[in-house]
Amino acid sequence: MRPPCGVALSLAVLLFAHSGQAQPQDREVVSSPADLPPGVSAVLWKLSVPPHLAPTPERVLLGEKLFNDQRLSVDNTVSCSTCHDPRLGFADAKPVSEGVKGQKVTRNSPTILNALFNASQFWDGRASTLEDQAKLPILNPREMGMPDEAAVVAKVKTIPEYVRDFQKVFNREVNFDDLAVAIAAFERTLYSGNARFDRFITGDAKAFSAAERRGWALFNGKARCNTCHAGNVVSPLFSDQKFHNIGIAAHKTDFPQLAREGLKVVRTGDEKQIDELALETRFSELGRFLVTKQENDVGAFKTPTLRNIAITGPYMHDGSLVTLWDVMDHYNKGGVPNPYLDGGMQRLGLTETEIDDVVAFLFTLTDEQFVKFATQEQARQRGLKSKRPERDTAVAMGKKGNLGDLAPNPDLAVKNPADIGVYGTEAQVKPASTSKP
Amino acid sequence: MGNKFRSIETKHYAERDAFFDDLKKLDRRAFLRVAGISAGIAAGMGLRTPHSFQLVNVAEAQGTKPRFSFAYISDTHLYEKKLNDRFVRAILKAVDDVNGLDPQPDFVLFGGDLAQLGKPGELKLGAEILKSVKAPIRMMTGEHDWFLDMGELWTDLFGPPNYSFDHKGVHFVVLNSILEKDFWTERGLSPEERMQIVAGLDNGIQSRFEVGAPQREWLRQDLAKVNKATPIIVFSHSPLYKYYRPWNFWTDDADEVQALFKPFQTVTVIHGHTHQLLSNRIGNMSFHGMLSTAWPWPYAPEGLPQLTVQMNRSDPFSQFDGCGDGRMDVLESGMVDKLYNLWERNPISVRASYLASGGKRDVPPRTKLPSY
Repeated sequence: MRPPCGVALSLAVLLFAHSGQAQPQDREVVSSPADLPPGVSAVLWKLSVPPHLAPTPERVLLGEKLFNDQRLSVDNTVSCSTCHDPRLGFADAKPVSEGVKGQKVTRNSPTILNALFNASQFWDGRASTLEDQAKLPILNPREMGMPDEAAVVAKVKTIPEYVRDFQKVFNREVNFDDLAVAIAAFERTLYSGNARFDRFITGDAKAFSAAERRGWALFNGKARCNTCHAGNVVSPLFSDQKFHNIGIAAHKTDFPQLAREGLKVVRTGDEKQIDELALETRFSELGRFLVTKQENDVGAFKTPTLRNIAITGPYMHDGSLVTLWDVMDHYNKGGVPNPYLDGGMQRLGLTETEIDDVVAFLFTLTDEQFVKFATQEQARQRGLKSKRPERDTAVAMGKKGNLGDLAPNPDLAVKNPADIGVYGTEAQVKPASTSKP
Repeated sequence: MGNKFRSIETKHYAERDAFFDDLKKLDRRAFLRVAGISAGIAAGMGLRTPHSFQLVNVAEAQGTKPRFSFAYISDTHLYEKKLNDRFVRAILKAVDDVNGLDPQPDFVLFGGDLAQLGKPGELKLGAEILKSVKAPIRMMTGEHDWFLDMGELWTDLFGPPNYSFDHKGVHFVVLNSILEKDFWTERGLSPEERMQIVAGLDNGIQSRFEVGAPQREWLRQDLAKVNKATPIIVFSHSPLYKYYRPWNFWTDDADEVQALFKPFQTVTVIHGHTHQLLSNRIGNMSFHGMLSTAWPWPYAPEGLPQLTVQMNRSDPFSQFDGCGDGRMDVLESGMVDKLYNLWERNPISVRASYLASGGKRDVPPRTKLPSY
């Protein structure tokens, strides 16, 4: 399965969503796990996990089993973990995922690390909870290919251990909703902070090399990454949780033409199923538009988290950018122009050294548990540095085109922006006592 | 794949559509009871224009079919590129938009303020960029184009600032509405100082804009040849009414100009200058403000026309928010449906029927956020 993407949450959105939710009186208020790693906000955890869906050990155990079980797919070849492989940072290292019978889907598998904090799930945000999300890939003909919910339930019922497990955990027989609850419970344990960045930001100046420190300053300054990927105490996942057209689709398709056709489909009211369009056709490139039908969302995809970005490539919704250097090249020239390009996109004018610095910084966002993988990945990506199809120095430097003023270059000699509060201090929320998940 | 894979949103839309479908089946009395409520819901959602929620198939009102369209680009406020290429990017974006329209508009109206300080480099740069517009361009002048050399270069480049033409049964009039009484000679101001003062907009020195007696006389003679049933569309840079004097959103002889149009059945005035969504209706005259490509402008604290659907505060971090271009669909009736193509937001249509009904029908979706 592939719960595309995105990340983190807007406090306001979650507060709103949760305040509207009736909370069962008979359940204890669940506190956040006492062992949240550095970089994972306890406040965020509390906001993101509805009390009645907090991961209990039994549910997590069942959820993990289901997550890894290929029998949830129509031909017993694909499980959730096929596209969200724990060894690959819960992504699959492929440009686009492959489902049953070797079928390719249209979008890249995002990591589900920290997906519990996402304000919405999937690259286009069409599911609002992990539970909703967990169901769709099982039924998607290109992913796990089960024909319908009843078929899934019937199949799981033929497996005695699950009949037993569901009875034990949910006190009733197998059903599709509980199955999703269990998988989501497991996913709610997949938080990940504890990166070198977190040590640096909490005061360990030696955690960063000079290049990484320059990279962090550029990230918040000239490179303007923080426009959408601001990393701060209320958004420790480095995502604004919004949807932007950055021109990725315009690389390879006649995007204006595609957009015109898509608009026509929606406007004439002769629309096909959103999910069909989103998953099976070239209209998939219209992104968020297929969900909201708002013209301003044409070609917009969710801002993904940058946590663990080093190990969750290839990048972008279609996995079309191979390395973080390619990603930087894309932004450096201001994206690819198209009528719906986000207004925040403009050339950055980063020099080669500055790009190296920002990439170096991005590698500091990897959780310590994946350090070995990240090191390999860094070497592999650096090996591809000479092959950079997105690079267009003339445009990035303003020698070609009309591409806007540059943000000021941070002056490290004067003050490191990291020292002047761009991250901030989290209000202390005591992890109330402790039923551990 | 079939309906089995419907997303949350799809289900939501389907349920809502079903709800409105059911409404159609109600008898008239029940319908009237719920119509008000549902229209409110629809408008409140702001997701679709209320038009698409029209519950009764009202017989097509006379003259609501479009006869042709023209596009508009306005208030580009260009500086020379070496000083600032931000506004250059914006006009290029507008040109791309207009060239991408399908079908192509009959012509493009440029609404004035091509230049920022009327300098030759600015005006020539604008003229050069506008050459790449595929449809024919009709030019109007603005005060930023004019007060450095009192329109000399602008007139050289684009011809006289007031003229009229007929197109597919509509009589078009282009006015120079930014003339001012001489405030500079007595003060001994240089052309640059004069330009700076006018560009400052908000000052006590300059006089108010006016069309002026000679041009009004020209207009009177021009209109004398036109049948009173012919729809008239007027282009003026400043609104042809008195909006907010301190910012000079004001045409001092507006009443005299309006009087000249009184005998005609349908008159529409398209104006630039205010950089905002703006709609007004005075008697037989509809007024539409256009968007700027350069920057949005807040609403005046008082005197805002009642029919204006306000836009909310633009995002200061986004160059293009609150800016844009647009399209006017000229209807058989001679009135226009106006499409604001806001670059960072969803497009907003202001239909002729909204103005004609005094704001009762086809109300455009209002922003849920406070205006500014």
